[in-house]
Amino acid sequence: MNSTLFCQYLFAGLTYGIIYAIVAIGFNIIYNTTGIINFAQGEFVMLGGMIAISLHAHMPLLPAIVLAVLLTMAIGGLIEIFFIRWLQSPSVLRMIIITIGLSILTREAALHIWGSSVRSLPYFIGNEITSIKVFSSRVSPQVFLVVGVCSVMVAALSLFFKYSSLGREMRACAANRRAAILCGINPRNMVTLSFMLSAGIGAVAGCVMSPITYSQYDMGPSLAIKGFTVAILGGLGNSMAAVAAGLLLGIIESFSISVLPLAFQDAIATSILLLILFVRPHGLFGSSAAARLKDF
Amino acid sequence: MDSARRYIPVAALLAAVVAVQVATALTGTAYYLTQLTMAAYYSLVVIGLCVLMGYAGQISLGHAGFFAIGGYLAAGLTTHNLAGLKNHALVEFLARSGLLLSRQDSYGATLLTVQPWVACIIAVLTAGSIAFAIGGPVLKLKGHYLAMATLGFGIIIFRIVLGSAYFGEADGISGVPGFRLLPGLEVSGDFGARIQNYYIAWGLLAIGLTLLLNLIHSRVGRALRAIHGAEEAAGAMGVDSARYKLYIFVLSAVFAATAGVFVTHYNGGIGPSEAGVMKSVRYVAIVAVGGMANLWGALLMGIVLNVLSLRGVFGTYDDAVFGSILITIMLFAPQGILRLGLGRRLRVLFARERK
Amino acid sequence: MALLEIANLNRSFGGLRAVNDVSFTVHQGSIKAVIGPNGAGKTTLFNLIAGNLAPDGGEVRFNGRRLNGLLPCQIARLGLSRTYQNIKLFAGMTALENVMVGRHVRSRAGFLAGMLNLPATWAEERCIRDKSMELLDLMGIAECADLEVTNLAFGQQRAVEFARALATEPALLLLDEPAAGLNIYETGEVGELIRKIRQQGITVLLVEHDMSLVMDISDEIVVLSFGEKIAEDQPLAIQQNQEVIRIYLGEEEEGSAGGTENAADVSGERVVTHA
Ligand SMILES: Nc1ncnc2c1ncn2[C@@H]1O[C@H](COP(=O)(O)OP(=O)(O)O)[C@@H](O)[C@H]1O
Ligand SMILES: [Mg+2]
Repeated sequence: MNSTLFCQYLFAGLTYGIIYAIVAIGFNIIYNTTGIINFAQGEFVMLGGMIAISLHAHMPLLPAIVLAVLLTMAIGGLIEIFFIRWLQSPSVLRMIIITIGLSILTREAALHIWGSSVRSLPYFIGNEITSIKVFSSRVSPQVFLVVGVCSVMVAALSLFFKYSSLGREMRACAANRRAAILCGINPRNMVTLSFMLSAGIGAVAGCVMSPITYSQYDMGPSLAIKGFTVAILGGLGNSMAAVAAGLLLGIIESFSISVLPLAFQDAIATSILLLILFVRPHGLFGSSAAARLKDF
Repeated sequence: MDSARRYIPVAALLAAVVAVQVATALTGTAYYLTQLTMAAYYSLVVIGLCVLMGYAGQISLGHAGFFAIGGYLAAGLTTHNLAGLKNHALVEFLARSGLLLSRQDSYGATLLTVQPWVACIIAVLTAGSIAFAIGGPVLKLKGHYLAMATLGFGIIIFRIVLGSAYFGEADGISGVPGFRLLPGLEVSGDFGARIQNYYIAWGLLAIGLTLLLNLIHSRVGRALRAIHGAEEAAGAMGVDSARYKLYIFVLSAVFAATAGVFVTHYNGGIGPSEAGVMKSVRYVAIVAVGGMANLWGALLMGIVLNVLSLRGVFGTYDDAVFGSILITIMLFAPQGILRLGLGRRLRVLFARERK
Repeated sequence: MALLEIANLNRSFGGLRAVNDVSFTVHQGSIKAVIGPNGAGKTTLFNLIAGNLAPDGGEVRFNGRRLNGLLPCQIARLGLSRTYQNIKLFAGMTALENVMVGRHVRSRAGFLAGMLNLPATWAEERCIRDKSMELLDLMGIAECADLEVTNLAFGQQRAVEFARALATEPALLLLDEPAAGLNIYETGEVGELIRKIRQQGITVLLVEHDMSLVMDISDEIVVLSFGEKIAEDQPLAIQQNQEVIRIYLGEEEEGSAGGTENAADVSGERVVTHA
């Protein structure tokens, strides 16, 4: 493999990897506050991209994206309010089925609104042939945008959870719901907020990746399964590890093209998922001592 | 005797099956039989999954995978032409043992393929073995982890059939011959064989149902329900939950694969959509609507929803309908619609009379 | 003869040593009690014996056989049965069915026999049912047989769990706070029952906070505190043991953090009257 090809694979891997990481963090945010795995996580990414594309027909790019993200956040919040908030300690099975149903409905709605065609936002800077030279290969500036925006988002989130009072309240709910209530925090609002937040970051990812990877109504499930793989690799609930795991998966996937037929590329993440679930369900980076006390 | 009470509803079901066939013959609506046949096969998957999910409490989002393993192996083995390998020692041996079938394709060329019944056995055994192999590690997981692992299994099977030339990639496999069970009794899509196929499908379903009804009322069935109710306590009572979960997983995979084999012969082919995640979700949806731990509910919903879906009643909203059903049931009636109001009231009445 | 031998058993959770180097034996046909403040490690000890938790060190022997590494179901088959502090019944099943699961180790019908409903299994099924019904009768809750267990009153649920444990015909029965949440009258009945069980030749190891019950029925008592065994003796001696009295009553003087709450919980109400 020559160095040009190597760089190309590497940058493709990074681009996808950081997206997977964002989806994984979306899983983690909701999981940490509710203990729910939201099977509809990938649909937030799809919605962000699709809505922005539709809005862009009527307004400039930046407002279209901002509005799309806000709309997706609203949808995320509404989903929580209508389908989750009022359930009394639902079983895991029930939550799995409900979020799967939500994922299907969102996808079907998207199909009926936007059809099954592949769409995309225009490149934010220049066009598809604009490129920056990195070592020996040429890389689209959009790649840097994706990686940059997502990195900023990860950093902002960790600051948010660490330093803002709202973020701290959310963490308090995750750590001990009962105690949080006693401190005057309303955990239900925190759950709604976690859905909005996780929808929001998904939507941002959906927008910035759209020029490169395109948007389609059924892109959600495959993103969700990869995001989940990444979340598990990093140890469910651990967002910093998810970034590392995301980049790892993205790079493995992109380099696998050189040895495996394209048709099997999607099966890689799934195989990794099964493998990790079988041998280390607490993740690559989690401690097995802590895992002994958990239920998988 | 207790078991007699169990068989009466099955007998009633068979009577209804006959009545429906007679009614369609009298009213000239025999075209319904096609969908009823298909619905019976899909319901076989559903009742197998029902015992796994409802009674043993283990979710599987990968049952379309087992269905596909059955269907695709049956299709591949019965259509893949071995004529070119005629002189290969193995092929020769198989041919001499009567395991191969020679026939003409539509262009008159000679086709040498594996006998359908051999293919059926291989397909079902393979599905069972795969379930056995992955069941060990998969069933150690719980909740979300279990759901994701079975979903992942389903996706891998889907990717394999979609990506391999042997399984016809996106086109799937067509030209699958009929499956002769007995002389004069053949699973095939022939127009003339429609009625016998209707009875084959429902006969198979009735047998499957009886086996499962017996199972859940047996010592093993109680142990499975105990695992669902409180796994730790079941272990303390001597129930080897890992083994029982594995066996029931294999059993339900075998049910799914058997259905896959029969549907494939009935349709004369199989495509990748049968292996899709949406199919697995659909099976789960039907079990949920039927009330989880309710074989008859699962059966009833399996028939009703599949017939409606196959008749195209839901149009382009097919998947959306199943999605909505899932959400609605889980939000408002997690015990299944059969237990809403009416069922419970009847039962209370019953209990009172018995006292 | 020693039916159960526990030697230097250890188990920690993170930095917490829940069971710390505990050893004792339970003799065939005896009733032995384990007492100690909340959090002393009594339930953890039971979980180690029954195979629900793996010990970090030490050994459990039952009938001379080493139990370490065996699954709970294998241990159950060797003749060890238990109840739980927070009742663990099979939800979604009737009281009778719950007890019938207890007959699992005493019956054989497998998957195939069950699916085919072989006539050979009919006699076994009838036997399971009769025996289970008998046990419900013994516990005085025969009329609840066909009710779903989650609909039963607390005391009845305890009774079902008791019957289920007895249905396995164990050699050793572990009872984790069998009288917790019961009124004085019911507690007395539990005492009677445990005696009756012993008369049938079943050895009993129990955890209990109700001191009058413990002093009344046990042959020997083991006292745990913060995971360690601090005394093992006959009831009368235990009542006079200074160390034990201090643990149950003298916590305040010692002022050890975290322990106060426990002591209040156990509150040794009846220790006072006995001691
Ligand atoms: N699964 C567990 N994980 C972590 N800590 C545990 C676990 N089980 C018990 N503990 C801790 O071990 C100690 C002993 O608990 P336990 O055996 O339940 O006490 P007891 O039954 O005597 O009241 C307690 O401090 C408890 O918090
Ligand atoms: Mg305890």
